[in-house]
Amino acid sequence: MSDLSDLYQEVILDHNRRPRNFRVLADASHTAEGYNPLCGDRLTLYLKVEGETIADVSFEGAGCAISKASASMMTDALKGRTIAEANVLFERFHRMVTTPPEQSVEDMGKLSSLAGVREFPVRVKCASLAWHTLRAAMASQQKASTE
Amino acid sequence: MSTTAPVLDVQRVRADFPILRRSVRGRPLAYLDNAATTQKPTSVLEAIENYYRTINANVHRGVHELSERATEAYEGGRVRIQQFFNAASSHEIIFTRNATEGINLVAYAFARPRLKAGDEVLISAMEHHSNIVPWQLACEATGATLKVAPIDDRGELLLDAFEALLSPATRLVAMTHMSNALGTVTPVAEIVRLAHAHGVPVLIDASQAAYHMRIDVQALDCDFLVATGHKLYGPTGIGVLYGKTAHLEAMPPFMGGGDMIASVSFERSTWNVLPYKFEAGTPHIEGAIGLHAALDYIEAVGFEAIGAHERDLLDYATRQIEAVDGVRLIGTARQKASVVSFVMDCAHPHDIGTIVDGEGVAIRTGHHCAQPVMERFGIPATARASLAMYNTREDVDALIRALRKVREVFA
Repeated sequence: MSDLSDLYQEVILDHNRRPRNFRVLADASHTAEGYNPLCGDRLTLYLKVEGETIADVSFEGAGCAISKASASMMTDALKGRTIAEANVLFERFHRMVTTPPEQSVEDMGKLSSLAGVREFPVRVKCASLAWHTLRAAMASQQKASTE
Repeated sequence: MSTTAPVLDVQRVRADFPILRRSVRGRPLAYLDNAATTQKPTSVLEAIENYYRTINANVHRGVHELSERATEAYEGGRVRIQQFFNAASSHEIIFTRNATEGINLVAYAFARPRLKAGDEVLISAMEHHSNIVPWQLACEATGATLKVAPIDDRGELLLDAFEALLSPATRLVAMTHMSNALGTVTPVAEIVRLAHAHGVPVLIDASQAAYHMRIDVQALDCDFLVATGHKLYGPTGIGVLYGKTAHLEAMPPFMGGGDMIASVSFERSTWNVLPYKFEAGTPHIEGAIGLHAALDYIEAVGFEAIGAHERDLLDYATRQIEAVDGVRLIGTARQKASVVSFVMDCAHPHDIGTIVDGEGVAIRTGHHCAQPVMERFGIPATARASLAMYNTREDVDALIRALRKVREVFA
């Protein structure tokens, strides 16, 4: 059993207490809702995409500390990135939280603080919720752009 | 505590449950997730093992010694359950996989043939999903409507509102005896009386109540009652449906297969007598045998002693948990048993569950398969400590220490 402080690192607790970009984005070009029925975590993600770039991103909702901190850090990490870069980030993050705990994972900067969920299998979904919601939002964008 | 109430020797009881000796995360296990499933005494484990070691054979089939002994043991389980719930006859006891299957059996074989557009099925706002979804499916299939009797802010059923919802269109009432999410014990005798006064049959979901208090189906006069073995200190995969003979006789089979027939030809099959009409295929033989041993165990300790011990512990747990800063209890009914559901202002239930687990304390966090209850209280989830006969004040104290740790982490 890994120490709980691996899971609840200070940076996670900080993002839980003071989530960044925690607001409705009135001029969002795309939104998606994420829901984890296991624990009732629910969040809405807002993207404002200009051309290929995520000009602004925000979220709101209610959930556990892990899901909230993950969403908060994700919005920080996404701002100014292109859609293609966001997709790469999703893949890297997904790999990081699903790699068995005994194997090493690449450094993702601040996002690496969430690698601790690997020791707590039932919490991986909490950390991934925002990222899966991001994917849904980007998919809705593609759909929207074909209209 | 009353001086005449039999006292439960909790250390002696604990010695009968081998799993309680293990540690979790390097701490002694404090198992407070009994509303999800209870642990099993040695006598249950031994009964199952002995069955496989000495008399394993299929039931109701062979003429050989083992098959006869296995049949005897399996049917002995049925008689034990009949006595446990004081059913009039052992053929009123149908083995199922769990309470959910019992409810589905009644929904398919009793309710659906009787339901038509405009009819109503009445449940309460504190049902487990298993006592909601089968009725939704039945209503969708027949055009009937599902009606829901409301609860108040304490989590008590509003009996007047319930009675007002009984109408000439009501075909069935399905009601929990005890809420898994709130701990509320419902006034089932009164519910049955009111429903019968309107000519409406009643199904009681006794999944939670059955291991905390004595239930007498004849005194209650309910039409159906379901329970599940794994919450009665017995194995998983075995459940019980009680039904009044007249209802069961009138119902078509739920599932077809071997054992439930009297004769089969390609033109036509005829059904076996009760209870076998509802038990298609090779049953969960060791489940029935294990449940038999579990009910013997409960009766040996005695409901009076169990009730007194659990009431005392529920009072203690309620006071201790409520005293933790930032805790709000969810479910404060006057009639409650063995469940303390709560939320904390500083932490989401999921985070509470993980931190508490790190201290060796097992509680449930989430919506408890009762999402409408969560919605009623405007919360996504709760943390829930639930008690059984082997729990102690030390278990509760371990939880309180863990909750203080939650506050430290999230303060």
